[in-house]
Amino acid sequence: MTTTELPAQARYSWGADEHLVVQIAEDMSLSAFFRAGAISSRLAERAIDGVLDICPANASLLIRFDPEVLAPADLEAAVREIEADVARQERPSISTRIVEIPVWYDDPYTREVGAKFRDRHQRPEGTDLEYGMVELGLSSVDEFIEKHSSTPWMVSMVGFVAGLPFMFQMVDQADYAFELPKYLRPRTETPKLTVGHGGCFACIYSVKGAGGYQMFGVTPLPIFDPSQGHEVFADSMVLFRPGDIVKFRPVDEAEYRELEAAAERGEDVYRIVPVDFELDEFLADPVAYNTNLLGALHD
Amino acid sequence: MTDAAVEVVEPGLATTIQDRGRSGAYNVGIPPSGALDQSSAVLANLLVGNPAGAAVLEAPYMGPKLAFRGRGAVAVTGGRAKVLINGEERDQWESLEVADGDVLSFGFIEAGARLYVAVAGGFDVPEVLGSRSTYTLGALGGFGGRALAKGDVVPIGAATRFVARRIDDADRPVLAREVELRIVLGLYDYRLSESGLSTLLGTPWQLTPVADRTGFRYAGAQLDFVPRTQPFGAGSDPSNIVDAGYPIGSIQVPSGSEPIILHRDAVSGGGYAMVGTVISTDMDIVGQSAPATVTTLTTVTLDEAVQARRDRGARLAALAEGLA
Repeated sequence: MTTTELPAQARYSWGADEHLVVQIAEDMSLSAFFRAGAISSRLAERAIDGVLDICPANASLLIRFDPEVLAPADLEAAVREIEADVARQERPSISTRIVEIPVWYDDPYTREVGAKFRDRHQRPEGTDLEYGMVELGLSSVDEFIEKHSSTPWMVSMVGFVAGLPFMFQMVDQADYAFELPKYLRPRTETPKLTVGHGGCFACIYSVKGAGGYQMFGVTPLPIFDPSQGHEVFADSMVLFRPGDIVKFRPVDEAEYRELEAAAERGEDVYRIVPVDFELDEFLADPVAYNTNLLGALHD
Repeated sequence: MTDAAVEVVEPGLATTIQDRGRSGAYNVGIPPSGALDQSSAVLANLLVGNPAGAAVLEAPYMGPKLAFRGRGAVAVTGGRAKVLINGEERDQWESLEVADGDVLSFGFIEAGARLYVAVAGGFDVPEVLGSRSTYTLGALGGFGGRALAKGDVVPIGAATRFVARRIDDADRPVLAREVELRIVLGLYDYRLSESGLSTLLGTPWQLTPVADRTGFRYAGAQLDFVPRTQPFGAGSDPSNIVDAGYPIGSIQVPSGSEPIILHRDAVSGGGYAMVGTVISTDMDIVGQSAPATVTTLTTVTLDEAVQARRDRGARLAALAEGLA
């Protein structure tokens, strides 16, 4: 078992007069993510006047503030106090949710866009999915899809564009398989709801737009809806929250089309189950822990 | 709500409704948005008797052509361009009365990059997440979440009393082809080598045509990063970091070339090391930079950045007082 030791203290730095960046660790790990998340929640609970945005990221957090309401030194002191407090906390845990995301892997939309931008790719021949397969040393695309969809992923940051989840594979760090380069130069186009991957992070593109991650498939379920039409968006126009656990489920074209139409009609097609997650128990035996966790999806 | 409105006869290049921006949703990737040149937007509002944070139009490079429905007042600030009402030239930085059917149009922009148009009563679109600003990437806020299009009819709110007003030359922004931006170093600046840092600060940068509400990309020298074994999850290029939140105004240098200054519609995070941040006051200057603007960066301390911000606030407050 490898556990990731976090630096004793985070690195604090100013994004000029409106932002404080707290860098928990240079490396990505669930431990760093949990600490960033815990500091963010405690800071939010304090509801300090002058704090405008609290953005937990993968292994860091960003705070946007108004320095004329809250002096930078006072903000830093408050965050440092919370950081010390969180570090003393013995058992990082969260009440969260598992969200199942159907994926039509190797679909024609991402194939077409992928083919269009081959000149910006490391491997001009083939698809991004085939590139992933080769990079991971696997013998077939199916094996790649199986590996991608069998273990859960934790949403470790929401952002880039509205509602886009960055996801970190929930495995022992020593077994982490999915490290893939991004495109050599970003595309100017990515189909909406593309399931992508760059560095160690999976993502789902919430809207159509530019992107540099490898493209593996598309999901039929919207994850961002500014009109908040579907009931799943009643509380927020964004589906994902940091700490959500995502399980990809491969579907074929027929099921993709059915689900897409059903979501459009406002039917309850999102499979979301509340769960508790204990980091230490997970780190002690990720495989067994995940088996239990994913059981909740089918109870 | 009144019946007053403007009808969009020609939309301009990418005219959007903006105000002071929104807070509280950057954590899900919805950036502040709001006017890129906040001072000009505030001054436009003051000219027509609006609160500083009323919604205005922001028009990059080429102004729209607008027909007024109902009587009212309008003011144009920001970049320099000919302002025409019914084809007759009028002054910028001055409140102008308009009658039902009057048509406001513009000549090409001659200096700066963005025009601001305020109407007495403000543009009356619904607030989304606490702001009327348009965030086009997320298709939310403003007028239907998008730039204005021909035929749109944008409602105008109820105006307060209207008094003719003017902003003196001395109180208008300087629109130059060579600008200096004050930055606070930090964030991941330790990733730059010593020569990389001195190149960043010691050489001029030229704004490329890639300059929009998301970010401004500059051309110039190549910057060296300190070589290292990259941390897990960061990606292989020395300019890569584990994806993190991006401050508005932060400067990233993908692969060491063409620094990008993020602006108010920024992507909220990503995997490029940021080496410093433009102070909030000088983001107005970035917003008025047109492609080819020659830009140098100078460093200030955090305290100096906060002081510059207070000074600007005091200047705007004094102007508001004088116009009241």
